[in-house]
Amino acid sequence: MEFYEGACELKLLQTLEGHTDRVWSLAWNPATGTADTPLVFASCSGDKTVRIWEQNPSPSSSSSSSSSSSYSSWNCKAVLEDTHTRTVRSCCWSPSGKSLAVASFDATTSIWENVGGDFECVSTLEGHENEVKSVSWNASGSLLATCGRDKSVWIWEVQPGNEYECVSVLQGHTQDVKMVMWHPTLDVLFSCSYDNTVKVWADDDDDWQCVQTLGEPNNGHSSTVWALSFNKTGDKMVTCSDDLTLKIWEMDGTSMQSADGYASWRHLCTITGYHDRTIFSVHWSSEGIIASGAADDAIRFFVEDKDGLVDGPSYKLLLKEEKAHGMDINSVQWSPGEKRLLASASDDGTVKIWELASLCTGNGY
Amino acid sequence: MTLGLINANPVVHAKKERVARTEDPHGDDAVDPLDIYDFVRDIRDPEHPYSLEQLSVLSEESITVDEKLGRILITFTPTIQHCSMATVIGLCLRVKLKHCFPPHYKVDIKVSPGSHANEESVNKQLNDKERVAAALENPNLRQLVDECLYSSEL
Repeated sequence: MEFYEGACELKLLQTLEGHTDRVWSLAWNPATGTADTPLVFASCSGDKTVRIWEQNPSPSSSSSSSSSSSYSSWNCKAVLEDTHTRTVRSCCWSPSGKSLAVASFDATTSIWENVGGDFECVSTLEGHENEVKSVSWNASGSLLATCGRDKSVWIWEVQPGNEYECVSVLQGHTQDVKMVMWHPTLDVLFSCSYDNTVKVWADDDDDWQCVQTLGEPNNGHSSTVWALSFNKTGDKMVTCSDDLTLKIWEMDGTSMQSADGYASWRHLCTITGYHDRTIFSVHWSSEGIIASGAADDAIRFFVEDKDGLVDGPSYKLLLKEEKAHGMDINSVQWSPGEKRLLASASDDGTVKIWELASLCTGNGY
Repeated sequence: MTLGLINANPVVHAKKERVARTEDPHGDDAVDPLDIYDFVRDIRDPEHPYSLEQLSVLSEESITVDEKLGRILITFTPTIQHCSMATVIGLCLRVKLKHCFPPHYKVDIKVSPGSHANEESVNKQLNDKERVAAALENPNLRQLVDECLYSSEL
């Protein structure tokens, strides 16, 4: 697909209703979207529930024209309810796709497993003093991280029999921590906060420390950082903020072999002038397309500008979908698998499934 | 919770005379700042048995609407520089206005420039949607907000 502005369009495949309050976030099950396994994702809402959505398998009869599997409809397979007593803010599947961790404003994190077609809550993690805002599994599924308004980041070790042991409570942020995310390959944890910084945490023989803070002195954000996302290889990261910019960071390759064993990150470029309301979510696709979801109800796509005249990498707008939802967009997530599908979650209570399609080739429509 | 009032002697003003306004000639999507003001002027102050209008926390000039962009800005003036009720007043405004205009409208709430010692940090908190949502799930805060809103209906 050509990556220049006007080369593609965003097609709305389906609008999923069901939640009775705003949808805060969603997460695709990474083990789905293969030939045998239809795509599955979970959505979290202010209605205190998680909904599990599954795409119907594509029809077995071959269709020569349209890529019919893109257009198979989605159904709600399960509602995870009666567990959390307040807003469910975010969730994350384990790398195997077998477990789902759910973060709630009720200060707990619940762990669910699909047991013979039904989802069961197999564990509840307590400890945060107030709202838990984000949860993330590391690449191997051996560690879980949570964060919240109590300014702390917790690291939990997964043990047999659905036991989770807290191995570290990390203080350092001076305000509410909005999101945590593990690096895609290394056991290095990233957190972003209302204190305008991104912090990098690594362990030295099980002793977890903040090894870097990306703040204004490092060309960092000037307001709350709401989310971050890594590129496929994990050597670049994008952050989004209330300061209306996206920032691209790269891992400094030259210090990869440092005695501390971790690489430091530096600012690469700032994408500015495209958003005029808070950017709540950003997600980097495996092909290098950065999707953003913002409080102006629009979804935007950015790609690297290889023809840019400036020194160093720059990014350009590929497409802007205005009024993608009727209200703020809280989360955008690319699906796993081969199709260029994106899901978006909004204050309007819906989740929408989109396909980013090329305009150049006939797609059978 | 502090026992003493933060501002024990507020200045109270008379209620401005209400002018009966004719049927709105604009389309359904038009948002009249004076309509919004009518919704919020009688919200009771969290600490004193007076409305936000009577305490000059709000006035007609508090509300600005940009219909083209779909934005509403509400600016209020706390009675004193170190008012710790500023965030509560902000919550009251958001709850009261929740269903007052088309859902695509964006509302920003700020303290008027120079009116609060921690202006930037108060404004940041007032406009962090996640913080607002969590605060409104706190039963104590919710009760206080409800008291400020419902007593205005007496």
